[in-house]
Amino acid sequence: MGSLALTDLCASVITDEGELEILKGVSLTIESGTTHAVMGPNGSGKSTLAYVIAGHPKYRVTSGSITLDGVDVLGMSVDARARAGLFLAMQYPVEVPGVSVSNFLRTSVTAVRGEAPKLRTWVKEMKDAMGALQMDPSFAERNVNEGFSGGEKKRHEILQLSLLNPKFAILDETDSGLDVDALRTVSEGVNAFREQSDAGVLLITHYTRILQYIKPDLVHVFIDGRIVKSGGADLASALESEGYEQFAPASA
Amino acid sequence: MTIAPPVDLSPRLTSLDPDVFDIPTGREVEWRFAPLDSFGVFFQPINDAGFVTAIESSQYVRNIAMADLRSSWLPSDRPLAVARSLAQNAVVVEVPKDCTVAAPIVVQLKGSAARSYQHIEVNIGAFSNAVIVLEHDLELDICGAMVVNVADGAKLTMLSVLQGDKKSTHIAGWHTTTGRDSTFIGCAVTIGGGAVRISPSVTYSAPGGNAELLGLFLADGDQYFEHRIFVEHEQPNCTSRVTYKGALSGSGSHTVWVGDVLVRRGAVGTDTYEMNRNLLLNDGPRADSVPNLELETGDIVGAGHASATGRFDDEQLFYLQSRGISEMQARQLVVRGFFAEVLGRLNQVDLRDSMMAIISRRLGLPAAEATDV
Repeated sequence: MGSLALTDLCASVITDEGELEILKGVSLTIESGTTHAVMGPNGSGKSTLAYVIAGHPKYRVTSGSITLDGVDVLGMSVDARARAGLFLAMQYPVEVPGVSVSNFLRTSVTAVRGEAPKLRTWVKEMKDAMGALQMDPSFAERNVNEGFSGGEKKRHEILQLSLLNPKFAILDETDSGLDVDALRTVSEGVNAFREQSDAGVLLITHYTRILQYIKPDLVHVFIDGRIVKSGGADLASALESEGYEQFAPASA
Repeated sequence: MTIAPPVDLSPRLTSLDPDVFDIPTGREVEWRFAPLDSFGVFFQPINDAGFVTAIESSQYVRNIAMADLRSSWLPSDRPLAVARSLAQNAVVVEVPKDCTVAAPIVVQLKGSAARSYQHIEVNIGAFSNAVIVLEHDLELDICGAMVVNVADGAKLTMLSVLQGDKKSTHIAGWHTTTGRDSTFIGCAVTIGGGAVRISPSVTYSAPGGNAELLGLFLADGDQYFEHRIFVEHEQPNCTSRVTYKGALSGSGSHTVWVGDVLVRRGAVGTDTYEMNRNLLLNDGPRADSVPNLELETGDIVGAGHASATGRFDDEQLFYLQSRGISEMQARQLVVRGFFAEVLGRLNQVDLRDSMMAIISRRLGLPAAEATDV
């Protein structure tokens, strides 16, 4: 049974004007096989949390630790974290012109699995995974994220989730920009991944909408760079009816 | 509103006599970027110079004495005029009319001395279709011209690959004339050489001609690559597309791209677009990009240009690395993707793949993966 543990994590964003502290002491342990939802208003720092775990160079960890199955993550490069079993489904996946989805996926799967998949089984594996997310086979020939609609980008992220099969997956606002049908398809993809693996999932979201499809074991309210309240799935319902104002810092 | 003074792209001086052209000093607009200590060796006649030949002759490729060549081409600068006057050999590639050549005609070129003059003539007969690959392995200093005639209704796809060392000097003037309703696709791949200056130009002898000028270059170390394009639209209803992409690394590499397009008064219905993109892989290299468009008529389909030089996109790198791909491999993927657009426009799958393999080798990537672009 593994775990992804964040202990008293503080991090700053590096800008031209200097450093600005965003994460102000986050402690959170996600056990394998469990799903945690982190919910917070805009600007609370919840996307920063996702980026810091993945190792984005724009952020600097000033104190605290992140461990994966007891192993220090902060000392690892971005790609080493992915190979160690971390995955971040991005809110805004970037375009990579001239690189086809099939080439990208195969390169990535080869890197994470440590060996190139056999060509014949790979083609079938990719087709099956795309079919499950209702993606047209021609998708594989397109350039990574180039000209993708919002829904296509998110499907492509979940496609990578299912092929890379990480130990812990962070889904950063995967529900944003999706219509109801796309949200259902993407959620089914996430649920299929949860059923077939023993992975832990950290679901970052602003709205409770996606939690109707992906049931969390624990819900954390994230305000101003820290977790202010944790509870069961019912906490999300309370947020839905009462909003984030009840948790606003006293000074604000 | 102020109106900028026009850039005068014409008339250009042309002559067989080298002395019509002043010896460049570096102050001329055409030579202001160039390292004259390298190119200067070709400003004066070299008496013991060699000449460039095609290593193998074939049905389509011959080496002939310059004296036996009939060519109406006139040099447009001093080194090309010197080379034209002293070259003893001409490489002639000739495809007769109404002839479709299935396999690419591969021409491997070699100089005969440390400094050699080159003259290449390519003639594609009316309604013929051919693909030509010119391979220069740069170990010697070379200066000279390539004159291409694509006759009415013909189509020529031409790929010129400059590989080799990073010291030699290479000056080339390529001049293409397209006939009525003909198509010329020319792609320059510049990887080798220390100081390289290539001047591709296109003129149209009749209406309906199409020219696509493609280029990709990969400069590192102290390499200097200059591509100086001139497209002159004189005839109605012709098209031109210029697409050059460069990637630069190293501490002292420098690339120059100049794209001049002139649309003359009679060239109604012209459709032209030129684009240059440069990718700086690290701090240190310098890329100059100068597009010029001069219109003498407004009665055209379209005319435009674009130029952008940028650093490596850190967000792309992060995205690829977050999928387990190492930084080195992620950079290689992005650079290969950057060039894939240019090579895709050749519409030649085998050539695209072999060029991608060359680029991948240069980037230190296993060639086997290169076919899976």
